[in-house]
Amino acid sequence: MGRILIDGNEAIAYGAIKAGCRFFAGYPITPATSIYSTMLSLLPPAGGICLQGEDEIASIGCCLGASMAGWKAMTATSGPGISLYSEQISFAIAGEIPIVIVDVQRLGPSTGSATRGADGDIQFLRWGSSGGLPVIVLAPIDAADCFLLTMHAFNLAETYRCPVFIASNKEIGLTKESLDIHALQLPAVMDRKAPPTAEGDAAAYLPFAPLQGEQVPGFAPIGGKILSRQTSSTHGPDGYITTDPGIIAETQHRLREKIENAVQNFSFHEYFPAQGARTLIIAYGVTARAANAVCDQRKNSKDPISLLILKTLWPVPEGLIRKIAGNYDRILVPEMNLGQYVREIERILPEKRPENRSKNRISFIGEMNGKLIGPEEIREALDRKGGEG
Amino acid sequence: MTGLLNKDRPPVFCPGCAHERITHALDKAFQEMNLTGNEIAIVSDIGCSGLFDTFFRTHAFHGLHGRALTYAAGIKLARPELNVIVTMGDGGLGIGGAHLLAACRRNIDLTLLILNNFNFGMTGGQYSATTPAHAQVGSGFLNQLEPPLDPCRIGAAAGAPYLVRCSAYDNTLSAKMAGAIRYNGFSLLDIHGVCPGRYTKKNRLTPKSIEEAISEMPPFSGEIEENVRPEYGAAYREKSASLDAPSPRPEIEAEFDPPSRNRQEILLLGGAGGRIITAGEILCMAGMTAGLNASQKNEYNITVLRGPSISEVILSEAGIGYTAIDQPEIILAVGQEGVDRAKKVFDALNPDGMVIAAADLTLPECAGEVIRIDFKEIGIKEPDRALAALAVLAGKRRAILPEMLKRALEYRFKGPINESSMKLVEKVLWER
Ligand code: SF4
Repeated sequence: MGRILIDGNEAIAYGAIKAGCRFFAGYPITPATSIYSTMLSLLPPAGGICLQGEDEIASIGCCLGASMAGWKAMTATSGPGISLYSEQISFAIAGEIPIVIVDVQRLGPSTGSATRGADGDIQFLRWGSSGGLPVIVLAPIDAADCFLLTMHAFNLAETYRCPVFIASNKEIGLTKESLDIHALQLPAVMDRKAPPTAEGDAAAYLPFAPLQGEQVPGFAPIGGKILSRQTSSTHGPDGYITTDPGIIAETQHRLREKIENAVQNFSFHEYFPAQGARTLIIAYGVTARAANAVCDQRKNSKDPISLLILKTLWPVPEGLIRKIAGNYDRILVPEMNLGQYVREIERILPEKRPENRSKNRISFIGEMNGKLIGPEEIREALDRKGGEG
Repeated sequence: MTGLLNKDRPPVFCPGCAHERITHALDKAFQEMNLTGNEIAIVSDIGCSGLFDTFFRTHAFHGLHGRALTYAAGIKLARPELNVIVTMGDGGLGIGGAHLLAACRRNIDLTLLILNNFNFGMTGGQYSATTPAHAQVGSGFLNQLEPPLDPCRIGAAAGAPYLVRCSAYDNTLSAKMAGAIRYNGFSLLDIHGVCPGRYTKKNRLTPKSIEEAISEMPPFSGEIEENVRPEYGAAYREKSASLDAPSPRPEIEAEFDPPSRNRQEILLLGGAGGRIITAGEILCMAGMTAGLNASQKNEYNITVLRGPSISEVILSEAGIGYTAIDQPEIILAVGQEGVDRAKKVFDALNPDGMVIAAADLTLPECAGEVIRIDFKEIGIKEPDRALAALAVLAGKRRAILPEMLKRALEYRFKGPINESSMKLVEKVLWER
C-alpha cells in the first residue's frame, strides 16, 4: 500500500469522518474553506449533512442543534469566524454540547491577512467566550496530526461533552504532505454515554446530572424517547433555570473540573530528550517542526537541545510540563505570535521567570509577519548570550 | 387527550400578557394533532417568548438571542420526523434577521411563531424591529426614525411558502398553528399581541385594535403559491442519495530510484492562474513514486487570477520538518510576479543550483546554472509552462526522472487531461 498526498485541511475532514462525524456546517473563509469543501464531498453521499450557513453564527448554531439531536458535528473557520462563534462557544460549554471546532489560524488581528499563517488565536481560543470556563484545544504539527487529533477531538467532545478546538494554521492546513495513512495508530471511536434513565420514564431524566461516579452527564438526544432539555441559561441538574447559589456554584465547578482534572488523560505531546542537553525548547504547531530540525542538527554537537512538542494546549498540561522542564536550565518558547503560550510556561514555572534573574530562565522568540519561524531564527535565539529572549 | 403543559411549571407571564393565550393555543394545537411530547421539540429564543420551552412537556432547546432558527435547522435535519416549533419575539426577529431570511430561503420544515408585541418586554420596553413610529417606548425618539418591518412581507420576498398573520385573540389560533405545524415546509406565524407589562402602559392596544390593524395590513393566511417547493431536508436527502462517494485519493507506490535521496528544495515561481500549485503537487507525487517524502507549501495573495503564486516543494528521504525554503537548489520560474516576490531567494541559490526559467522573464542575478526556455517557440501556452518546466527538470535528471514525472501524471490526472499533459511532457523531453 502506498502513500497519499494530502493537506492538513483535507486530513481534518477525513479524520472527522473516521471519528463518526455526520454533520458539518461552515461559512467560507480562507484558509479554512477546503475543510468545508472536503466535508461537502464526503458527507452527503454517506447520509450525513453538510451545510453552508448564512454566517458563522448560524453555522455553529446548526451544529449545536444537530449535536443535541445526537449527531457528531464539526465546524471550521479562521480567526474572524471564531470571533463570531464566541456566544455559541460559551453555550456549548454551558450546555455541555459536544462539538469540534477547527480554527485554521491566519495572520490577524481582525481580517488580517487571509493567506498568511500565524498562531495568534492561542489565548483567544481559551478565553474568547463569556464565563471563562475551560475548553480543550489540540494543536497539530502536520497532516498526520490533523487526522489523528481530529479523531481525538471528537472522542474528547463526546467523553467530556464540551467544545474541542483544533488549533491549526494556514501553514498546516494548506500545506500538502506525503502521508502513510495506513501507518497511523487510530484511537478507538468513543460515543457519548446514555443516561441511566429507563426509556419512557421521562420525568426521571435529569439532563445535567452527572453519571454516577463521574463528572459528565448522560446524554439523551432531542427527538429520542426520553424528553431532553437543553438550555443556555444557568441551570441545575434538571435543565431548568435556577437562582440557587449552591446549585449554580456546583455546576460551575463541575464544568471546570470535568475538564481540568482530566487533562492527564489527554496530554498529547512528543518529547525528544537529547543526551546532555541543558536547554529545552517547548513548541507547538508548525513551529515545532523548525524546532525539531534544530534539535536534529545539534544532536551530536557540544550543545544538544531537547524538544517538547505540546499537542494539548488547553487545559495546560501543567504536570507534564513541570516534570519535563525540571530537568533543564533554559527554556525557549518559539511561537508564531508576539508571546502567548509562553505566559502559561512562565506561570507554571515561576522559578524560571526572566525577572527572577536566575540563570535558569525562560526566553521567547516570536514574530507575526506572515512567515514561518525558521530553524535559523531558533538557532540565533539559542545562541544569544545568556539566553536573552 | 390531556395537554402537554408542564403542570409543575405554569406560565409566569404578567397578568393579561398575550403570551399566555398563545401558550394555551399551542397546547390545544398539539392536542388537535394528537402529538405526544417526544414528537415535538420547542426551540425558544430570548425574552419572554424564550420561556416557552419550560411550560411544555416536550423536547426543549433554549439558546442565544436571535439564533433559535439556527439550532432548529440542525435539529430538524438530524431528526426529520420531529415537529420543530420555534418561539421568538419581535426582538429575536430583528437580531436574527439573517437567520430568518435563510430559513425562508431554505424551506426546512420548521414552524416559527413570532410573538409580536412591538417591543422588548423583558429588558424594559425598548423599540424592536416591529415598533410603530408613533409608539411611546423605552428608547426615546429612536423608533420614530425607523419604520417597522413586516415579517410576512419579508418572508414572502425571501421565499417562505407558508405565512400567516393573526391576532393572539383569534378564536382559530390553535387551528392556525396546527395548520402551520402540519405544513411540510417552513411556516411562519406573525402573531400580534399585547404586552401589559411594558408596551400598553403607554400605548393603547386592545384585541380589537389589533384586529383592525391586521385587517389594514396585507393579508397572509397560509400557502404562498409562488414559494411552494420541496422541503429542504427531503430535497437534500434525495440529492444526496444519487451522489457517489468521491473516489479515494491515489495511493502512490514507491517504484523508482530517485536521482537523489537528500533533501531537495525546489521553488516554483509564477503567477496566479499559472497552475503553479498543480505543478507543485505533481512534483511531490513524482518524488513519492521514488519513495521520497514530499511537502508543498504554497503562497499566494487573496486575488484569484492575479498576483504571484509560489510553491515551495521539498523532496527528501528523511522526514521533512521545516517546510519553507530559504536556500533552494532548484528554481522553476515561469511567471514574472512570482520571480519579483521571491527576489531575495535568488541571492541564496547554491553555485551548484539550477534555474529553469521562461525566456521572457527578467531574473535577478544568481549563482548556479540558468537554463532559459523559449516556451512560445516550442508552442507551450502560458498555463502549461509550469508543467513544461517540470519536464525540463526531469530531462536534466535533477530531483526527478522522466519516468517519475510520467507516473505522477497518471496518478494526478485521468482521461483526456492525462493524455494531453503526457503529450506535453513528451514533447518537451523531445525538444530538449
Ligand atoms: S413583559 Fe410583556 S411580554 Fe413579558 S410577560 Fe410581561 S406582558 Fe408578557
